[in-house]
Amino acid sequence: MKAFKRSLLALTIAGTLAAGVAHAQISDNIIKIGVLSDMSSLYTDLAGAGSVLAAKMAVEDSGVEKRGMKVEFVSADHQNKPDVGSAIARQWYDTEKVDVIVDVPNSGVALAVNQITRDKGKAFLVSGAASSDLTGKACSPNTIHWTYDTWMLANGTGGAIVKTGGDSWFFITADYAFGHALERDTAAVVTKNGGKVLGAVKVPLNTQDFSSFLLQAQSSKAKIIGLANAGGDTTNSIKQAAEFGIVKGGQNLAGLLVFLTDVHSLGLNTAQGLIMTETFYWDLNDQTRAFTKRFAPQDKGIHPTMVHAGVYSAVLHYLKAVEALKSDDGTKVVAKMKEMPTDDPLFGKGSIRADGRKIHPAYLVEVKKPSESKAPWDYYKIRATIPADQAFRPLNEGGCSLVK
Amino acid sequence: MATAAPIAVAASRSRAGVLAGTAVMTALLALAPFVGIYPVFMMKALCFALFACAFNLLLGFGGLLSFGHAMFLGTAGYVCAHAAKVWGFPPELAILTGTVASAALGTVVGALAIRRQGIYFAMITLAVAQMMYFFYLQMPFTHGEDGIQAVPRGVLFGVLDLSRILTMYYVVLAVFVLGFLFIYRVIHSPFGQVLKAIRENEPRAISLGYDADRYKLIAFILSATLAGLAGAVKAIVFQLASLTDVHWTMSGEVVLMTLLGGMGTIFGPVVGAFVIIALESYLARFGEWVTVITGVIFVVCVLAFRRGIAGELAAWWARSRG
Amino acid sequence: MQALFGQLLIGLINGAFYAMLSLGLAVIFGLLNIINFTHGAQYMMGAFCAWFLLNKAVIGGAGIGYWPALIIAPIVVGAFGILIERTMLARLYKLDHLYGLLLTFGLALIIQGVFRNEFGSSGLPYQIPSLLQGGVNLGFMFLPIYRGWVIVASLIVCLSTWYVIERTKLGSYLRAATENPALVQAFGINVPRMITLTFGFGVGLAALAGVMAAPIYQVNPLMGADLIIVVFAVVVIGGMGSIMGAILTGFGLGVVEGLTKYFYPEASNTVIFVIMVIVLMIKPAGLFGRER
Repeated sequence: MKAFKRSLLALTIAGTLAAGVAHAQISDNIIKIGVLSDMSSLYTDLAGAGSVLAAKMAVEDSGVEKRGMKVEFVSADHQNKPDVGSAIARQWYDTEKVDVIVDVPNSGVALAVNQITRDKGKAFLVSGAASSDLTGKACSPNTIHWTYDTWMLANGTGGAIVKTGGDSWFFITADYAFGHALERDTAAVVTKNGGKVLGAVKVPLNTQDFSSFLLQAQSSKAKIIGLANAGGDTTNSIKQAAEFGIVKGGQNLAGLLVFLTDVHSLGLNTAQGLIMTETFYWDLNDQTRAFTKRFAPQDKGIHPTMVHAGVYSAVLHYLKAVEALKSDDGTKVVAKMKEMPTDDPLFGKGSIRADGRKIHPAYLVEVKKPSESKAPWDYYKIRATIPADQAFRPLNEGGCSLVK
Repeated sequence: MATAAPIAVAASRSRAGVLAGTAVMTALLALAPFVGIYPVFMMKALCFALFACAFNLLLGFGGLLSFGHAMFLGTAGYVCAHAAKVWGFPPELAILTGTVASAALGTVVGALAIRRQGIYFAMITLAVAQMMYFFYLQMPFTHGEDGIQAVPRGVLFGVLDLSRILTMYYVVLAVFVLGFLFIYRVIHSPFGQVLKAIRENEPRAISLGYDADRYKLIAFILSATLAGLAGAVKAIVFQLASLTDVHWTMSGEVVLMTLLGGMGTIFGPVVGAFVIIALESYLARFGEWVTVITGVIFVVCVLAFRRGIAGELAAWWARSRG
Repeated sequence: MQALFGQLLIGLINGAFYAMLSLGLAVIFGLLNIINFTHGAQYMMGAFCAWFLLNKAVIGGAGIGYWPALIIAPIVVGAFGILIERTMLARLYKLDHLYGLLLTFGLALIIQGVFRNEFGSSGLPYQIPSLLQGGVNLGFMFLPIYRGWVIVASLIVCLSTWYVIERTKLGSYLRAATENPALVQAFGINVPRMITLTFGFGVGLAALAGVMAAPIYQVNPLMGADLIIVVFAVVVIGGMGSIMGAILTGFGLGVVEGLTKYFYPEASNTVIFVIMVIVLMIKPAGLFGRER
């Protein structure tokens, strides 16, 4: 009888322990990564298929598959529509057992996915979207905002330009929430640093012809014309600014959100002299160059943008956290990711704050003149480096409820 | 819309036939979640099916092509979302408010547009829809391209908790079936007969003493109201109201669904909506090809498949019987 | 005041562009009563054709530049238009106009989708031809020479098209053929062939507008997508069947839009639709149209 009771006790203890361990296991033993991006419109080239590639490269480089973890991918096109994006996210979490969603270039979609991820306790690693609300009012214990945000852009580009003499500004703003936010944040930086905002004009999204607005910018005589827009609007305004001799007339353009792929589609003739802020450039150091050598041939020759780099870095760090925790519970993994400092070949050493903001240095870059560029994609010269602790909004200013 | 004449065959199927068809359809839809079909997908398809049925009422039976029907879907969606989230209305009131908003818009637009014919009618609806799009883009309450997010599902009639997915599903199904039956009733009423007569030969109908404009206006308002109902329900289901719902490509999509399913048939729009939504869901992973395939469907339907799925089936059925 | 002059001039330049863009649609829609929703995609094809000629059709080390492209691109795209008309549209003439619209809408989706899959959506660079680079300082504004060329080219194209259609024998045959095809056919004129060629001509005009747009707007697959409804609005406001109506409305729209951009820029995309509703309420056949 005693033996029986002892074995019963042993079994019970063993059972409880096993149950406890089972909770910490990876659900159905597979990590499923969902790359939700824009595969068909404005952001296809700067994110899109390249983001899927970056995620896959991260899995390869992490070596987790050799150590027994199984990783699967799904990807889809959110078409820049919040309803499409949120429907896909919901379906992925509900029926396809996706554990983490990455990328999402488009703030509207990102905010929607942010909410759904929180409701379902999964993980969301944002690389493409810009809204600083993701680590502010809308911050969540399930979301980490990688790569960049509107505050960083405004302060990086705006701050640096004002300090180097560009103290009068005129804004050409895309008339939607993102454009307004970008203009507002940059205007705040300009005035804080002693500059003046001489005027602004709100332009409907997807306008083809900017001549009228450029003329208004010219007559304001502002030293700097700030382009608070993105994608096709930015490239159209830059192209037409060149046509109207804006730069030759002594004014400078500040692209508040410009990517490497935009410069590529404009050509150096048109884009030369443009100043902007990015957090990654493929030609920065040997490690980034080595990555690019592997990346570009697999993405139709497109060199990695900061969004691609962000996806790579985020997935790499995510896998590290999952391995350490031996669990894919979204909330727990995100907490672990915040605990562990980050280190990857593309962004170097960095960290993740309590509000979900990933911290790394930012670079103020200027587009080279055609004569200065030695090869395709050799487009930037680095004007300044903004250290990580200054590049992003201070922790206590965001209004995030997770920050005590 | 003289080409709808062969469709009249399908539309005048026996009443028993249609009611049987409705019963079968309802049963299939009710069982769907239990055979593993994702309920959220089904709800999306049901909302669009109602939208397409409402549009078909105007186009297939009224003979009026509206290029701006998205404005009714979207207006109800925005008003409902705002009512539920900001004013704290319970879902039944929020949906009602949204629907009423679309009905009001439909009355105003209808009064303006009815006075013109054919392509001009379509152009007016398009122009007004574009103006509504601009209005929603500018209004702060819609939050522009972010849309109204995190709309609460709430508790219906104080009893049914809509955050439970099956409950939500059956509520949507009920709304759809009621809307569907209502449309059927309208079509097979004296009002519907006069409307058909106006579509076939307006001058003759007028000479018989019917006020064609008034009938067309009522059809327009009914169509707008039901489209609004679909939009309001959709906002609750997806907890989101966005600019996509008022963009002119959404107006194009509902034309496609109706065309593919079969203009002027009862079940056509339902079939068309399900097919298009399924296609879009399935193709989302092939992102790039969705537009091309949608275009191919348009072209094929127009060239070779004008009666749409339901129309072709009905014609085949009629042929094999006699 | 000076600033206003500048805005008006820019409005006029844009108006010239709208007029040229709408011309092709006015011919097809206004005369032939075919609703060609592919117009925007054909405009895009014209621009891509120009890019292709410059960058891919390299003969003896240099691509085919802007000036030859102005002729080649419309012919190529026009031929494509004729192909569409012969193989698909011609079957729908006996039916409601709705079907023609849906067909061309579907074709537009296909064309735009295919181009987008192939070329991405960031856009491709196309430079202003060297002869037209630079600008002139007019005092109240800096006018790029290319924009001045747009006004000139547009006037030439618009007025010659109007002249051919309204003042020549060929034009009168065409106008008669669209009003009463059977009668004109009885006189021995090959009406279907005339319609096909006219359709091709209208498409070619769209492509020509595309080539003219390539140096100043980004050449990307979606460049025609949002323009198409504006173009329809211009033709409807100008009046169906009236070439001069479309031309004048195009210019007028440019000016009105330019003024809106100055006083209430957010509404500049929408003002045309407000005008369209007003015009359709007061004068349903359009400003210069004839009620059919």
